[in-house]
Amino acid sequence: MIDTFYIAGNSFLHRLPAAAKLVFIAMLGTAVFLCRDLYYVGAALVGIIALYGVAHVPPGMMFRQLKFSLILLAIIFSVQWLVADWQTGLLIILRFAVLILAASLVTLTTRTSDMVEALERILQPLRHFGLDVAKVSLCLSLTIRFIPEVARITQQVREAQRARGLEHSILAVAMPVIIRLLRMADEIAEAIEARTVSEDTPR
Amino acid sequence: MIELHGVTVERDGRAVLRDINLKLPERRVGIIGANGSGKSTLVRLFNGLLLPSRGEVLVDGLSTRKNGKEVRRKVGFVFQNPDNQIVYPTVGEDLAFGLKSPGRSKSETADIVDACLAAYGLSHLKTRLTHQLSGGEKQLVAIAGVTIMQPEYIVFDEPTTLLDLGNTKKIMQLIHDIEQTVFLVSHDLDHLADFERLICIHEGRIHADGAPGEVLRQYRELFA
Repeated sequence: MIDTFYIAGNSFLHRLPAAAKLVFIAMLGTAVFLCRDLYYVGAALVGIIALYGVAHVPPGMMFRQLKFSLILLAIIFSVQWLVADWQTGLLIILRFAVLILAASLVTLTTRTSDMVEALERILQPLRHFGLDVAKVSLCLSLTIRFIPEVARITQQVREAQRARGLEHSILAVAMPVIIRLLRMADEIAEAIEARTVSEDTPR
Repeated sequence: MIELHGVTVERDGRAVLRDINLKLPERRVGIIGANGSGKSTLVRLFNGLLLPSRGEVLVDGLSTRKNGKEVRRKVGFVFQNPDNQIVYPTVGEDLAFGLKSPGRSKSETADIVDACLAAYGLSHLKTRLTHQLSGGEKQLVAIAGVTIMQPEYIVFDEPTTLLDLGNTKKIMQLIHDIEQTVFLVSHDLDHLADFERLICIHEGRIHADGAPGEVLRQYRELFA
């Protein structure tokens, strides 16, 4: 379960504007997916790992960011090895590792509110095409805020179903989770409505 | 003052509240009733979260139907489950939600948030992730998130239902000390004994209305 988003600090990366970090992520993502050289992508991974040191993020925290994706990366590597060769598999999982670690580093060194503000500024021109920028940024903060809540609800339902001997039934777990999430979504919408008092507050 | 004139609320063709007429000038009003009696529906009318099917709700003369934004500025709402009321990942960020305004600078917002955190003794939790807080801390953050907007009235909809005894006492003390006019929905009748006025809702109608002693007696008789 993701339980830590931002680690307070005063490193160079913490002080860097959120918009610059978001642009860097976009450029890095494009670059590693265009690059087909295993060594360059490997060098990018080493560089990102070095940046974790610059940001004073504990190594354990860095490994945790990858831990949840390890099974998926292993599957991707195996499939690529079977259909192509191991070098292609390695290249693809290195790309994903670079992106996962880079995105996590940005999250760990950037306050959600700063990220939301930066996103609002970046998306500002799209207002002319009818995009409600405030709503988009609220969606982003709500997503980050409720990831742990969704995990907690799923855990509670799984425990309850385990007590009834239904832990292997996907339906028995999925249905109560979906119902609780829908109810929660209604209540959150109501709370946002109740807290919306400024013309500038998104609804 | 909040006033309800001939208010009926219908949901799925069924009347949840029927022909309610109320004037609420008191500073401490408690609302009681059985589950499904209509008490949460009643208080949702106060800040326009819910609009009546018939009749009108006025807050200081402003109609909840026509002046939704102004009414919400006047009437804050604290829900039963703070988990669903806190919308930002950290405490400080959540309190700043709602303060966003073109005329207010970032530093001004930060000062208001800091002052509010200090007033609630939450300064040490400013950068803490909200989902890591205890139930009592979450409810305090939810209440702070409402009072920071400086409403004139605050509705508390069963704010202590999910809390242990210690946190319940703390939140109730806070509600008693709060300067705003309070409307409290609660099943814990002890909390309402010193309120100025109690309203008992039963099957969508006002069953009893007046001083706590008499209203509580009539409410208990319903289940005798």
